[in-house]
Amino acid sequence: MALFLAVAAHFVAGFLLLFGLRRQPAIGAVAGLLVLLATAATVVVGGVGADEPLRATVGWIPILGFNFVFALDGFAVVMALLVSVLGFAVLLYSLAYFDHDSTFARFIGLFMAFAGSMTGLVLAADLFTMFVFWELTSVCSFLLIGLNDKSESARRSAVRALLTTGAGGLCLLGGVGIFQVQLGTTSFAELVSLAPTGDLIDVAAVLLLLGAFTKSAQFPFHFWLPGAMAAPTPVSAYLHSATMVKAGIVLLARTAPVFAESGIWRWAVVTVGITTMMIGGWHALRQTDAKLLLAHSTVSQLGLLTVLFGIGSPLATFTGVAHLVAHAVFKAGLFLGVGVIDHEIGTRDVTRIGVARTKLRGTVVAIMVCTLSMAGIIPLFGFVTKEKALVALLEADFGTVGWVALVGVVLGSVLSVAYSARLVHALFGEAGQQVATHADGHGTDATHHGASSFARVVLAAPVFATAAVSLIFGFVATQVGKWLVAPSTSLDVAAKSKLVLWPGINDALVISVLVILVGVVVGWRMPLAVANTGGSRGERAFDSLYDAILTASKRITRVTQPGSLPMYVAVTVLVVGIAAVVSIAADGLPTLDGFVTDSPLTVVVAMLTAVLAVGIAVVSMRFTAALFLGGVGFGIAALFLMRGAPDLALTQALVETLTIVIFLLAMRSMPRQFIPASKWAPVSLRVLIAAGVGVVLPMVMLAAHSARRAPSVAGEFVSRSVDEAGGANVVNVILVDFRGFDTLGEITVLVVAALGVVNLVRVAERHRRARERKLATTTQSDAGSAT
Amino acid sequence: MIFRRSVILDELVDRWLSKVAALVAVYLMFRGHNAPGGGFAGGLVMGSVFVLQFLTGREPHLRHRPIRRPTVLLGVGLLTALVPTVAPLAVGASPLESHIWKFDAPIIGEAKLVSSTLFDVGVFLVVVATVLMVLLSLGARGTSLVGDDGGQAP
Repeated sequence: MALFLAVAAHFVAGFLLLFGLRRQPAIGAVAGLLVLLATAATVVVGGVGADEPLRATVGWIPILGFNFVFALDGFAVVMALLVSVLGFAVLLYSLAYFDHDSTFARFIGLFMAFAGSMTGLVLAADLFTMFVFWELTSVCSFLLIGLNDKSESARRSAVRALLTTGAGGLCLLGGVGIFQVQLGTTSFAELVSLAPTGDLIDVAAVLLLLGAFTKSAQFPFHFWLPGAMAAPTPVSAYLHSATMVKAGIVLLARTAPVFAESGIWRWAVVTVGITTMMIGGWHALRQTDAKLLLAHSTVSQLGLLTVLFGIGSPLATFTGVAHLVAHAVFKAGLFLGVGVIDHEIGTRDVTRIGVARTKLRGTVVAIMVCTLSMAGIIPLFGFVTKEKALVALLEADFGTVGWVALVGVVLGSVLSVAYSARLVHALFGEAGQQVATHADGHGTDATHHGASSFARVVLAAPVFATAAVSLIFGFVATQVGKWLVAPSTSLDVAAKSKLVLWPGINDALVISVLVILVGVVVGWRMPLAVANTGGSRGERAFDSLYDAILTASKRITRVTQPGSLPMYVAVTVLVVGIAAVVSIAADGLPTLDGFVTDSPLTVVVAMLTAVLAVGIAVVSMRFTAALFLGGVGFGIAALFLMRGAPDLALTQALVETLTIVIFLLAMRSMPRQFIPASKWAPVSLRVLIAAGVGVVLPMVMLAAHSARRAPSVAGEFVSRSVDEAGGANVVNVILVDFRGFDTLGEITVLVVAALGVVNLVRVAERHRRARERKLATTTQSDAGSAT
Repeated sequence: MIFRRSVILDELVDRWLSKVAALVAVYLMFRGHNAPGGGFAGGLVMGSVFVLQFLTGREPHLRHRPIRRPTVLLGVGLLTALVPTVAPLAVGASPLESHIWKFDAPIIGEAKLVSSTLFDVGVFLVVVATVLMVLLSLGARGTSLVGDDGGQAP
């Protein structure tokens, strides 16, 4: 239960800020910080060193078997700690980063909602729970990327991210559905023990992979992540490098033990992972915006994590957990550090940020430490995990695919070192000498007015902290390794290993040294100033697909919704009529079994009604037709009454009364006479259709009447009406109780229709006014020119 | 609206008929559970009251206060209907399950109240609001859908 409360507290804090505390964002931020701290404490107390993972099940829709199931196993502990501790750091940082206005309140509100979603996601013990929080993170990410809703590029990026991750979410839902239907469970633990196989399970595996790849920005869905950098820096640091993009990795980590040995899983994970690593690394070398450089480097690092978690070897899984921690720490530090430079100097351009090293010496050193960890240089934590990754891949025994993974990771690491070197070059190289102080065109989101000294400390603190952790974890790697055993064994019982700072001279170290040498040379030689390419290929492909879908749907709408009422009516009745003809052709003509006439008066009223109906079709004045139509309605009401349905008759009569009035109101603004039939639908055709349908539909009704197979529910309804629903009028009881959902749906339709009418009239009115105004101005100018 | 005023219409319809019809509407709604009527029929009768007021040349009004924003009523109605739909979930029953309260009321003796009455009240409000919205938008002065001001002239 503590787990559920921890997750829920985030949302409560978030909603408070979004709807209540908009004027006092600082108070809300403090509340948020407390929630994050409390969550971290809960996780540590409940999770660290526990023999059995803490569990919590909270019913959602128990009738349908939908529940929130949380479990605080080792891996969940690590992830939840990353989410809450990094969240704490980023939130603290944002207090100094943003102006304290209503946008800031919105930011914290969404931030807390996001942190809650992410905590729920990592604590999820089954796929269903994970899916729910997965979608929530997508939505929060969308809102946070578009935080600056006045910028068109931010809105576009937000839509791209939402549609891409949303499509992946649908794939994940498909996978969840297959498991639920095929196996009756989506619990990770049960999936691992069942070890299902089969064609459908393979489909599910592919769907899960698609979900993971879109979320974690793997090729070919990697384009949305750099676009997400339109968000303010704290958002980028938290969501798009340290936490949310890890959701896909978490999914892979949880499901790899189920699928790693089956079919295409390993190949898919390895090829996609290393492709992503290369593409991300290459793009990182070609960016001029330091934040985009980091974004592409995140894509590249996520590729590595995909390979490590997806390949399904115990050692790789262990390394994956370690590298995930390392990456979250150094990447958060890098983003926040670049944010500090942006905030203080007003630029993120790699040709200019060198200025920072005189002004922000401490921050630049901290960034440097994080960069070295990213490059995998001894003695930082990044070195330890990168080494371990090479060892894991060297030792893995997967044949060709293992070698592909190894070569890919080595090449990807060269690129990692290269872009890290390029960043160092930007900060310390000769380029920094050319001082350019004013802001450039890189759309900085910070209000770079030079923060107060206190704010400067708050800004720098998380950067220093992450740098310190990257450094200290390197030196105490052995201890960190011990901590990480429980998390990795919770994913794969065999994933037990150790971390060391100095592994001794072995194959992996030799490879590492070569990688670093080549990488540094490549990175240092790469020019800092690169021509702007304007949007990535992925983004352009996405946009053209998006536009094509919109165009196609517009075209389809234009064909299916031409706006001609006669056509709509014709299509509707023809479809019904044809369906009836087909079924009559199959089953023969209906009999007259159910047909009874209990009084001659019924026949008289029916015939009168029919005459009025013919009248509607014959008269030329709209007004007369409306009156006839009302007459038909009252005739039917009379028939209802005669057949013993007073409720129906009452309602019908009332509806008719009101309809006539409304008809007349609408008619005030319509021509008095009907418009002559158009050429494509001459009178003869209309008569033909009407007569045909008029002959066929009564037959359908007769058939429906005599086609009953199951016993009528009427008897049951009548017998249960008084006892269970407390009403003697069974018609009403059906409406408000037995079939109340139908009624609820109907009144909702009524609401929509009412709103539709109001808006249609309003739009027509606006058009009319605009026309009049235009007319007035032209007459005026005419008059003016005349004088 | 530019109608000629008529004393008979004013007196008869606005003073008396409206009030009686409004009473009938509420009565229909409440008795619906046991006899012909119900929220839908009641709402339609209430709607006709406003139509009558409109036809006598006045804005639809309730106790001399003109109704200008029926949208609010629309939302309130839908939410009212949602209450008895969702509330049973809180006590572990299935949605829309009725609860019957029986109690001794003064004067009328044993009385019975069923939770689904609230649902009918919601239906009533939605129907009334719909009629009002159609009436106010289509009946608004100068409304023109195609530019021809057909029956507008007095």
